[in-house]
Amino acid sequence: MIDFVQKHLPILIVVLPLLAGLGALFVGRRHQPWMLALATTWTVFGLTIALLTRVLRDGTVEYAIGGWAPPWGIALRVDAVNAFILLIVAGIAAVTTVFARRSIAAEVPDYRWRFFYSAWLLCFTGLLGITITGDAFNLYVLLEISSLSTYTLIALGMGKDRRALTAAFRYLVLGTVGATFILLGIGHLYMMTGTLNMADLAVRLHDLHDNRVVLTAFAFMTVGLGLKVALFPLHMWLPNAYTYAPSVVTAFLAATATKVGAYMAYRFMFTIFGRTFTEGQFTVDIFLITFSCIAIVFASFVAIRQNHIKRLLAYSSVAQIGYIVLGMGLHNPDGLTGSIVHVFNHAITKGGLFLALGAIVYRLGDVTVGEFQGIGRRMPLTAAAIVVGGLSLVGVPLTAGFISKWYLIQGCIESGRWVVAIVVLGGSVLAVVYVWRLVELAYFTAPSQPEVEVREAPLSLLIPTWLLIGATVWFGIDATFTASTARTAAETLLGVIP
Amino acid sequence: MIVDLPPALLLIAGALVVPFLRGPLRAAWMVGVAVAALVNFVGVEHGTHWQVGVFGYTLELGRVDKLGYLFGLLFHIAALLAVIYSLHVKDTVQQVAALAYAGSAIGAVTAGDWITLFVWWELLALTSVFLVWAGRSEKTYAAGVRYLLVNIASGLLLLAGILFRTNDGGSLSIEPMLLGDTASVLIFLAIGIKCAFPLAHGWVIDAYPRATPTGTVFLSAFTTKAAVYLLARVFPGAEPLIWIGLVMASFPIFYAVIENDLRRVLSYSMINQVGFMVVGIGIGTPLAIDGAVAHAFADVIFKGLLFMAMGAVLMRTGTANGTDLGGLYKSMPWTTGFCLVGAASISAFPLFSAFVTKSMILSAALAEHHYLVWWVLLFASAGVLEHAGIKIPYFAFFAHDSGKRPKEAPWNMLVAMAIGSVLCIVIGSFPSLLYGLLPYEPMLHGHAYTPYDATHVVTQMQLLLFAILAVWWLMKAGIYPPEERKINLDVDRLYRALARGFWWIVTVPLAHLGKAIDSAVLERIPARVVAFAGFAHAEERAHRGWVTGASVLIALILLVGYLLVYYLSG
Repeated sequence: MIDFVQKHLPILIVVLPLLAGLGALFVGRRHQPWMLALATTWTVFGLTIALLTRVLRDGTVEYAIGGWAPPWGIALRVDAVNAFILLIVAGIAAVTTVFARRSIAAEVPDYRWRFFYSAWLLCFTGLLGITITGDAFNLYVLLEISSLSTYTLIALGMGKDRRALTAAFRYLVLGTVGATFILLGIGHLYMMTGTLNMADLAVRLHDLHDNRVVLTAFAFMTVGLGLKVALFPLHMWLPNAYTYAPSVVTAFLAATATKVGAYMAYRFMFTIFGRTFTEGQFTVDIFLITFSCIAIVFASFVAIRQNHIKRLLAYSSVAQIGYIVLGMGLHNPDGLTGSIVHVFNHAITKGGLFLALGAIVYRLGDVTVGEFQGIGRRMPLTAAAIVVGGLSLVGVPLTAGFISKWYLIQGCIESGRWVVAIVVLGGSVLAVVYVWRLVELAYFTAPSQPEVEVREAPLSLLIPTWLLIGATVWFGIDATFTASTARTAAETLLGVIP
Repeated sequence: MIVDLPPALLLIAGALVVPFLRGPLRAAWMVGVAVAALVNFVGVEHGTHWQVGVFGYTLELGRVDKLGYLFGLLFHIAALLAVIYSLHVKDTVQQVAALAYAGSAIGAVTAGDWITLFVWWELLALTSVFLVWAGRSEKTYAAGVRYLLVNIASGLLLLAGILFRTNDGGSLSIEPMLLGDTASVLIFLAIGIKCAFPLAHGWVIDAYPRATPTGTVFLSAFTTKAAVYLLARVFPGAEPLIWIGLVMASFPIFYAVIENDLRRVLSYSMINQVGFMVVGIGIGTPLAIDGAVAHAFADVIFKGLLFMAMGAVLMRTGTANGTDLGGLYKSMPWTTGFCLVGAASISAFPLFSAFVTKSMILSAALAEHHYLVWWVLLFASAGVLEHAGIKIPYFAFFAHDSGKRPKEAPWNMLVAMAIGSVLCIVIGSFPSLLYGLLPYEPMLHGHAYTPYDATHVVTQMQLLLFAILAVWWLMKAGIYPPEERKINLDVDRLYRALARGFWWIVTVPLAHLGKAIDSAVLERIPARVVAFAGFAHAEERAHRGWVTGASVLIALILLVGYLLVYYLSG
């Protein structure tokens, strides 16, 4: 048994949730689908830990599906980069699934629960699949699986607010455009090289780095990936999707979907395009850095004036994505380490924050400024979680956010980009402003409806919230694991480690 | 050392338990933690402890040498006194924040590397701001926000300096540096803010007088002294410090004379005393540094004592304004007595603490032939006597009788003040106890410094007598500025205007502009283009679906843009 699992570890990570996703429709109509989802996500989380441990110990793990050797068959290829992202996706899924039972029971009518958990597990499958596969076309298929299920998940927020439907529709259109662009990019690459295997692509593109067709592919990819990660100015689908999706879906998507988008960008930009990206006569990095700097500043300003707290944090996500892309644009070891470690740190931070908002929605029905007033006294533990998460968004020492900014700023200084370093610090100051607004509302304002009695959230919501928020403190104090893994991943991408 | 943990964590861990205890148990716990931490620290061996490797750097969570030990000891004593003084407080937030704040200060003076220091540096700000907010009014809230902004700015400067340093290949270990390159200037400014350098001092006089009576006692002990410690550690002998220190020692005197709020007078007085220390560090000889450090030790205790006395007055009468007080000695005799000890100490009367510490700085200035420095410090000493030695006790406890007959301060306050008074007198009367702890003390063995020789005592007594005579004459002649309710303009007003302006610009025009751009430029304008071109059906427009079309348009524009740029440059 153990041998079997060890041998087939990579494929199990995708197959288990896929089967469970289909099974969720048939196991029952009450809480059984949730139990199945819970068992699956935690099992997969365990498997990803095992996989990461193995990759960090033995180096890249390759797995040929059905025994067909690459480049002919579909291969799964796991190095430090995707092993780390897999761990993030599975870890977040495991924690948010715990939260989902009560939260979904409150926000989604019960006859839709099994559809919800089915879509939930399929989305999980898609995200894991994108991350683990070594085949470019396979990546596109899994991207569609995750995207289609995501649209469903967002639309399920309609039980509370009909605007979830328009939000989902809009994401559907833009997400499809993005995925199509990615497909077109892959198609162009196939046209030039005749292969879809990523490792093979990388080898063959090495001498084609300034070929026109490859450049066209690169342009399609840049826009397609930009849409998927919601890099300014392609972020327009994100705020509404995050605002109107069911709370736990927002937490899951914010912590994983854009992060997997960032992973695709790492993979395509560094591994596959490689020289086109890093050695091109034109400097792509200028675009990435410019757009990410605008994202950091602009989205933070927009966040300041939001009255729906979920939307406020959604814009904050747009800004935080700026930091992730910025680290890519710097393409030096410190900057890229900062980017990868921020994928992890922002996942736990934003995941925890959105879960905390979910707990407020559970008690008060919504999280606009009105509900948020005086929440510090009504739901002290939830509000404290928001404060700690907010500190991590700002990048205060002893929180995970600090570690990311530390590396990013070092990366900026290393490339002599002073202005960018100032933008990173300035982004923190703007984050102080919008986080401060939350603190002021929670602790220094009286509740708008004092007569309504509000109790602290139940433990089944508090525990997952604090697991993530606690993790932001834990990995802010001891960043050895995250920083060293991200460093290994960055060096893998930059070709320092083969 | 009893517990094998970095000393700072003991108080922090103690703070975390506080919310779960009630009543007398909580009080006992707080005193117990402070005593245990002190006992534990006394036994800490000098050297580097608790090294940990974190993300590729080696952090030294605890480095204890003579300088760090002296400040650590001082902070432990100050924490214990302040805890006893605030035992009657029933406010969980204040109690947790106060202990954590003291712990952060201890962390800062025992940190061996810059990253650890930076963490404690920011925690100093984050924990102490709750002592300002504890007043729970609009004014204390705003003052707290400003306090936080300034202190976080200091942290950001420090971080920038550290990043520059590591980027230049400098080590993370905290070692003396020369003032010159970018890294050192940034770090210098960061320390300067917390040290209340002139123009950066606004936060002290803005926030300290607004904190709760007990909160100010904590505040006055730690932040500025941690900065003094760091200056002594990193920039000993940096000449600009002499001149900065001189300005700090002299200008607050004028403000202190005309200020009505006695806690604000004490805040100015604090800047003035820190000025003496900064001068000592700037002179940089072993005697001068020892003097600066010793003076910091004495200052924390006598300034704490004065703030305690004023805090007791504020608590009992509800005001600390000179105009509203007077004659309190009749009903608060003990507090009056302790306040007089504090006043005598800060004025450097022989047998009281500042006499044996401040004179080292003055002697060092003479020894280095800094005659101008010596004269200015002498003048500043006379000013200290006037505003802190005479004004504070005189207006609060004597002067014209205000008719107020408040109760004597509660027992715990009296105990804390009594211990403080004893320490002031012990240090002043048996200086060798303190001298034995000083960082350069071994070097002085050749010709040990003796404060009680004829010249010192006579000079000082002359100075004091003439200063007293001068004040007496000024009062008789009616020239002495009377107590008035008025607001004296200082840079803190400028801070407030700047802070308000910054907040307004960010949250009103810029944030609105961002929101407008987000909806107009990114959605509505492209949407109109789409509609104008006839791509969108009326039905879609009605459902606002057209906004989606706009987003797709932007994606297309970007694609074309990228293609063009890639082709042209490729």
